Amino acid sequence: MFSPNPNTITGLEIGTSKVCAVVGNLSPEGTLGIVGVGQARSRGVRKGEIVDATTAAEDIRNALAEAEQMADVEVRSIYLGVSGAHLRGFNNRGRHNIPSVDRDITEEDVQDVLKNAKAINLPAENHVIHVVRQHFIVDGQEGILNPVGMLGAHLEVDVHVVHGVTNRLQNPIRAVKGLQLEVEDIVFNGMASSLAVLGAQEKELGALVIDLGAGVTEYVVYADGIIKHTGVLAVGGDHVTNDLAYGLKISMSRAEALKIEHGSAVVDPAVKGQTVSLNNDHGLPERSLNLEHLRRIMSLRVEEIFEIIADEVENAGLLDYLRAGVFLCGGGARIPHVQRLGERVFGLPVSLGRTKTISGMVATLDQPEFAAAIGLVKFGSFQQDRHRRRGPWLNRVKSTLTQILQRD
Amino acid sequence: MTTEIPSPAAAPAPKKTPAVQVVGVGGAGLQAVALMAQAGLSDLTFAGVHTDARLLAVSPLPRKLLLGASLTRGLGAGGDPDMARAAAEAEAAALRELCAGADLLLVVAGLGKGTGSGAAPVLARLARENGALVLALAALPFDFEGRRRQQQAEQALQQLKKAADAVICLPNQKVAGMMDENTTLVETFKFTNEMLVNGVRGLWRLVTRDGLVKADFADLCHVVRGRQAESCFATAEAMGENRAREVVEQVLASPMLDSGRLLAGADAVLVSLAGGADLKQKEVNQVMEQINRLCENADLIVGAAVDAEFAGRLSLTLVAARRSHPETAPADEAPPAPAEPVPPASEFPTGEAALGADASVPARSLQRYVPPPPDLTPEMAERLLNRQAGAGSRRKKGAGLRQEMLPLEVVSKGRFAKSEPTIHRGEDLDTPTYIRRGVALN
Repeated sequence: MFSPNPNTITGLEIGTSKVCAVVGNLSPEGTLGIVGVGQARSRGVRKGEIVDATTAAEDIRNALAEAEQMADVEVRSIYLGVSGAHLRGFNNRGRHNIPSVDRDITEEDVQDVLKNAKAINLPAENHVIHVVRQHFIVDGQEGILNPVGMLGAHLEVDVHVVHGVTNRLQNPIRAVKGLQLEVEDIVFNGMASSLAVLGAQEKELGALVIDLGAGVTEYVVYADGIIKHTGVLAVGGDHVTNDLAYGLKISMSRAEALKIEHGSAVVDPAVKGQTVSLNNDHGLPERSLNLEHLRRIMSLRVEEIFEIIADEVENAGLLDYLRAGVFLCGGGARIPHVQRLGERVFGLPVSLGRTKTISGMVATLDQPEFAAAIGLVKFGSFQQDRHRRRGPWLNRVKSTLTQILQRD
Repeated sequence: MTTEIPSPAAAPAPKKTPAVQVVGVGGAGLQAVALMAQAGLSDLTFAGVHTDARLLAVSPLPRKLLLGASLTRGLGAGGDPDMARAAAEAEAAALRELCAGADLLLVVAGLGKGTGSGAAPVLARLARENGALVLALAALPFDFEGRRRQQQAEQALQQLKKAADAVICLPNQKVAGMMDENTTLVETFKFTNEMLVNGVRGLWRLVTRDGLVKADFADLCHVVRGRQAESCFATAEAMGENRAREVVEQVLASPMLDSGRLLAGADAVLVSLAGGADLKQKEVNQVMEQINRLCENADLIVGAAVDAEFAGRLSLTLVAARRSHPETAPADEAPPAPAEPVPPASEFPTGEAALGADASVPARSLQRYVPPPPDLTPEMAERLLNRQAGAGSRRKKGAGLRQEMLPLEVVSKGRFAKSEPTIHRGEDLDTPTYIRRGVALN
């Protein structure tokens, strides 16, 4: 019944509150459509990292099974989203001198300079997840997108590097491999979300994407079409629940339910004095809670998350580049009035991120929780595309030959 | 608030602007009011009240009243508030006449010495009986003035809080903290007086000037009346391009507001903005946004006025009031009943004796089966009594032996107890934000 399909791309996000698998289909024309979605409640994850491998593996299996069922395919390999407080992003620059006499920059020079940029002085236990090229600099001239064919003596490249602790990155990979699945690549969740949410225009204008997850909040800044800054804050919706449980003296499950039912990111003066009654198992009112307290606890937490991010982005000197504004995704984007709060903190237009660049199953695509998983599929499609463009080896030999011939 | 206050509207002739009278009581009050009179606040009437005839004669105020001419022979109260109070009571009729017709009476006094502490509450009470809204601006003594002054000032403040609609305190010591250590004493006193003047000027502007966004006498009444409370005011002025931001910063930095902390606890706030014709909508927005953020749940009243004399400047006056704490307000309503002596633990009655003696245990207890007292040797009885006494006092919520909680709140991290802590700039983000920021949920 299942047929392996080379054009199927699966993204798997092992989140703190849910495991989410999205199956996409890449048509021969190169358009991407979502054909299956599966999710399962996550139990073995805290702050974006696996703490209980057995239950996590079970949840992953359930989510994947659901997605396979829906898409009617067999998933062999996945693109895996990773997150956690150990992930760091920074900008690096690689240099390379052009050795050829005529100072002509070739594809090899570009590869060399990229290699230099990747040679980063990191502790041994760290692993580089992404090296995203930002732009090239030829003899001090900035902002060059493709230097091949240009003349120059020094070639430099700015890259954005995302790295994490190898062992902690291995945990989700191992959980997936335990299910006899291949991991094609690992992708930083925040980057995946930004791929799903932003179109080319927003990237060009400059945008901040905040993925407010349950365990971690990831953020990515795009400006002039390239990634400028990434970050992870190990605070999320779980913290809101925990704050409520502590502040209102209720259980976690009750706090979670109250958060969803009565939560809000801003404290309206109108709620002053209003109460919410808690019902016991028989449906009879047991206690009443002050709604204002609930909202205030919640509002302060979400505000703090935004403030920390705003601070980081401002320290990176990027707050003025966000002309397209701030985009929210993840479960936290569902908090009522979170946009209003965001606008107050950032002083920028804040909108909910919608994945508009992929076709198929609009109802799914519209939900902010799926942004990261959809972004993973999109990331996968880029990779596939690249492989395909390189094509079979014959084509590659042909193109190399043409290049050689053209050079003479 | 036992007396019924006739509303200003019920006054025989409808007036356009409420009559405001400023009365300085005591030496400090006289000085401050004299300064106000010179500051050119029109539409205000000024008066001075003192027990010292010499100081009164020197003062340039138009209306003056000597208190206790017969009691002290015009030589001052000698730092004795009781003497001053007696003198003021003796002149009650004259005081009442002095503040007759005023809708708003500002009592300016320096508390801690004789006349200010003793007479100001009397004046406030009389004026309120006359139907005026009474605001007291009280300067509290410097630390160097000694312990006794402080105590007298505290007492006077309590009385004043009861007598007046609102008391605005100006702790001189805090003001001194705002200034350079090398400031001369003269300048320090001048500065504190100026603070009082500024406060009055802000209130005066509020009450008399028409605003674009009107906040007037009625609003002021609304904010302070009935709260009888700790009010505080702060005022600041700024000019230049960023004046909207600066002015708020200045106000918040003011020690009067305890770095903005008092604002957060306020439940009514009156904000009055004044600027020149160039006052922009954006600036008003900006200021209010910042203040709104600090006191989201307070009853906020805004006034904005345009005044030619403020060209290029922006002035902000802020009055915040909080309902007084139920424990502190009625402190000296009556001589406090002597606290019921808590029986020492060993004396705690047990058995039938307890049921008879302890009236708070209702008759229900009588139905309980009470075993007859066993035959005991005296030592055994003693031991048993001690043990039961211990248990009993715990049951009674430890009337006398309650252990105080340390202020260190150990916050459990709930579900994050076992995970790696999220530390951001030295703060543990796993602890609820409201606790780290000290936001009270009440």
